[in-house]
Amino acid sequence: MLVSLNWLKQYVDIDGISPEELAEKITKSGIEVDGMERFASPSTNVVVGYVESCEKHPDADKLNVCQVNTGEETLQIICGAPNVKQGQKVAVAKPGAVLPGNFKIKKVKLRGIESNGMICSLQELGIDEKYVPKESADGIYVFHADAEIGADVTPLLNLDDYILELDLTPNRSDALSMLGMAYEVAAILDVPVKLPEPSYEETVEKATDLISVKVEAKEENPYYAAFVIKNVTIGPSPLWMRNYLMASGIRPINNVVDITNYVLLEYGQPLHAFDLDKFSSDEVVVRKAKENETLVTLDGQERKLNTEHLVITDGKDPVALAGVMGGQSTEVSEETTNVLLEAAYFEGQIVRRASKEFDLRSESSTRFEKGVDPNRVRLAGERACQLLSEYANGSVLAGNAEFDQLDKTEKTVTIETSRINNRLGTEISEEEIIDILRKLQFNYEKTDGEIIVHAPTRRQDIRIFEDMVEEVARIYGYDHLPYTLPTGEGNAGGLTKEQELKRYVKRFLEGAGLSETVTYSLTSEARSEQLISPDVKNVAVSKVKLAMPMSEDHGVLRLSLLPEMLDSASYNIARKQTNIAMYEIGSVFISNEEKVTKQPKENLRLSGVLTGEWVTHPWQQEKKKVDFFVVKGILDELFERLNVNVTYTATKIENMHPGRTAELSINNKVIGFAGQLHPLLEKEYDLNETYVFDIDYDYLVDIHENEPSFSDIPRYPGITRDIALVVEHTIQSGDIQRVIQNAGGDILQSIRVFDVYQGEHLEETKKSMAFSLFYQDPEHTLTDKEVEESYERILEAVKNEFNAELRS
Amino acid sequence: MREKLEELQVEALQKVDDASDAKELQDVRVAYLGKKGPITEVLRGMGKLSKEERPVIGELANKVREKIAQAIEQKKTVFEAQEIEKKLAEETIDVTLPGRPAPSGGPHLLTSIVEEIEDIFIGMGFEVREGPEVETDYYNFEALNLPKGHPARDMQDSFYITEELLLRTHTSPVQARTMNAIGGNKPVKMICPGKVYRRDTDDATHSHQFTQIEGLYVDKNVRMSDLKGVLDRFAKKVFGEDREIRLRPSYFPFTEPSVEMDISCKVCHGEGCNVCKQTGWIEILGGGMVHPRVLEMAGYDPKVYSGFAFGMGPERIAMLKYGVNDIRHFYTNDVRFLNQYHKA
Repeated sequence: MLVSLNWLKQYVDIDGISPEELAEKITKSGIEVDGMERFASPSTNVVVGYVESCEKHPDADKLNVCQVNTGEETLQIICGAPNVKQGQKVAVAKPGAVLPGNFKIKKVKLRGIESNGMICSLQELGIDEKYVPKESADGIYVFHADAEIGADVTPLLNLDDYILELDLTPNRSDALSMLGMAYEVAAILDVPVKLPEPSYEETVEKATDLISVKVEAKEENPYYAAFVIKNVTIGPSPLWMRNYLMASGIRPINNVVDITNYVLLEYGQPLHAFDLDKFSSDEVVVRKAKENETLVTLDGQERKLNTEHLVITDGKDPVALAGVMGGQSTEVSEETTNVLLEAAYFEGQIVRRASKEFDLRSESSTRFEKGVDPNRVRLAGERACQLLSEYANGSVLAGNAEFDQLDKTEKTVTIETSRINNRLGTEISEEEIIDILRKLQFNYEKTDGEIIVHAPTRRQDIRIFEDMVEEVARIYGYDHLPYTLPTGEGNAGGLTKEQELKRYVKRFLEGAGLSETVTYSLTSEARSEQLISPDVKNVAVSKVKLAMPMSEDHGVLRLSLLPEMLDSASYNIARKQTNIAMYEIGSVFISNEEKVTKQPKENLRLSGVLTGEWVTHPWQQEKKKVDFFVVKGILDELFERLNVNVTYTATKIENMHPGRTAELSINNKVIGFAGQLHPLLEKEYDLNETYVFDIDYDYLVDIHENEPSFSDIPRYPGITRDIALVVEHTIQSGDIQRVIQNAGGDILQSIRVFDVYQGEHLEETKKSMAFSLFYQDPEHTLTDKEVEESYERILEAVKNEFNAELRS
Repeated sequence: MREKLEELQVEALQKVDDASDAKELQDVRVAYLGKKGPITEVLRGMGKLSKEERPVIGELANKVREKIAQAIEQKKTVFEAQEIEKKLAEETIDVTLPGRPAPSGGPHLLTSIVEEIEDIFIGMGFEVREGPEVETDYYNFEALNLPKGHPARDMQDSFYITEELLLRTHTSPVQARTMNAIGGNKPVKMICPGKVYRRDTDDATHSHQFTQIEGLYVDKNVRMSDLKGVLDRFAKKVFGEDREIRLRPSYFPFTEPSVEMDISCKVCHGEGCNVCKQTGWIEILGGGMVHPRVLEMAGYDPKVYSGFAFGMGPERIAMLKYGVNDIRHFYTNDVRFLNQYHKA
């Protein structure tokens, strides 16, 4: 909503306050002023001049030499506008004038002839081209013949106006009108409101003699009034009205259209003018549209209607889509003489549906959607009749044809001073509250301890006690509310164990060298298929997709964090940031339904992407690329800290390297995977050798035991024995370790692989693996014999199990 | 004999003194204290002495031997110290060479700011609650006084999955769920951080996915001044004790009265400058007193309970606090961006 301050001044006295100050006050009272701009720019030395003569420039085809009387003097001015003519009254910028863009007017010679000023177009005076009336768009502006010669054009053309741009919240539909804003400003400044009082002469002939109104859809259209204005003369509307329309962002068209727009802005009540002679009956019928009925709207589009739409008809065919747009067949044109003027109340919902469906948001539909003032509907019609009779020479027929079932009563809200103060934390007196009601121009009755407020119908947002709390608070001033802290019993506050654990896990991973990322939950169809962990794949029956995605890239909820993370990795690598180690904890969305109807399960995953160099320390010749064991080392330390026992099993997963991927499980439950991307996928994302992991974070948290208990520090020394075994190269170290652990007995505390060798001195299919075994008993110092026995058991077990031999 | 021994002592001590390295010193030791050395020789010749003289000369010989040994020992320590010094000098490194980099991970800026805000509210007795990102229409809208067809639904254009399921447009549904769970008879004091989604085209100031932190306090006698006090504490903790807040009336369907909170501009402190578009204030968050319909639907009697709620965007907070100029930075994960916020 754009508010012209010069227009606002017609209703409320704002002379004593600067536009900036007023904007600030309006904002602080609840209607956000988003911006304040000058409508044009006030110019000095620009006056109305009379073109006494206008002759062709002898040396230039397109220029005219004009003698222009500006009151004090007659200036010779060269003008290039095609529409300049003798006898016009025009805007003359005299030498010394400064036009927008710091354009200084000086005496000049044009092709040898002196020019002492400039005849201006509206654009040259700073008015935005999109609001300039069509007839003035391509040349100079021509005043009405009664303009006074020598008069300053700044007030005449409203060049000194300020425009407030309001960012209205949906509840304040009252502020979608100049009168509503007048009430608001009046309450803020504590000044009276001057309302227009529509009065006009009516003919003897009655509107009902020519037209009747029948409303079938009474719920959607509880009020409809048809006024009839005969013998209108279509022409331009008065300058002041055009000024205000332009300042409000509406391009003037002709007097009839301008008047309906003017009243819409003034009262907040949309009106519609039909050409009565094109109306094929004497009956207005408002009803729901029929299935497949059509209407060609003013913009020339044929609209296919259905029973959800409300239409105005001539008893047979639709002539307007109620509250949204009129029809072409009954449009007011240059030839129109008799006008049927509609002032109606249409329910917000039905207007909203139609305007949304046809993408026809207009000044009119916006107001109906938010609710117009029931007590201003007829009044607005009368105001338009007044203006049509004054500025279009129309004869207004007596009365109107009306249907009226509209509730126009004021809602009451009961308030008590103490309750208001309790809610606000203030100590406002009853007198102050009553003074606030007076400023707002709300009627009220005082009873014992209570005030019954009658909310005016223009304020559809005042319904309950809390609404009045806000009214009192905003006029009292939010700035005056005290600062207090809650006094209630409250609670201790804090994080849950799970929330604390999440922070712990994050800090651990970060300490281990990973950077946290945050990627989008919505991904593309193609990516949503990639790198889904087996535990997710097993339970996800279908993908969760948006009904109407904004783009293909973000249409499906992810089942893995990895594709979007790979995209981030790729983005960095393209920018020469080649060493990447990132992790993310975020949800995947698992639906167990063929067709999603219920909320999907949201499973938090811990995922990571690592590529490039893990250790880089060139001058000491240290350089190590990320490999599987870098990833595994980080994860194992995490698992260790969470006190969970995770098993790695070689596996094959689509898009993963078939020989370098492990499935991770806890007690045979799969919890995720880790490994190298398949080179083909690496290529797809423009990545080099890249390792990833994806783990069911929720499950890790579930089974992790919270409080570590104390275990005694061992007092007796331990013994280390090494064992080097030669086995077939396909044997996996994890399997050997399991066998060693089982055979070794309780005193075998840990097993560490310290060498893996394949090559010279070994048969081709063999490899050697060396383990360091650590023995310890918490109860006593171990004897050589005990260790020897365990060692022998181990040897025997690996011999049996893997055909392993001691390496000599 | 005596003279001989004394001469030997002088001579030996002189040689110890003259020794210029460990080897020469060793030669002196061998020469004087060795089995074939002159002192041993003296001791061997003791047999020729009288009974009275024997112990006297023996004692003297031992003294001389000891003295020489001591002198050698002392000199040896000096040589060893010199030796070590020389070795250490050879071990000198260039301390200005770069160190071996330690692992350098860190939290995402959003996590840092969310945790910072969580901790501030935890300090004021709030709990942290979380909820699903795919919500029902009921919890996302209806339970928050936004029935179907409500014009304010336009303020939050949504990603629907079915008619009844959507990606949550705010974290307010967590408030409704928590109130329902607590059941209408106990206070609720919580904040709920999380991801939210709206139909916005991604640009410098819009993102189809972003983060929200909402807060809710429901109790008997919660006042709007409490909201002002709590938000003031919050703003001063995040942005600095010298910042002021300002509340302006606003509108949200789930609060009444509703507020918009501004914070004084850090550059001009309310005077007006380019950063704050000449207003002196920067919009930070919205909030208000919980609408009685919302309390009612969650099982709280609005005649007994009142409450306040507020919501903010951590991206915006971070952008203002650190001067981040494009919201897309939060989701691009450019390591040059991420690394900037790994510092203490």
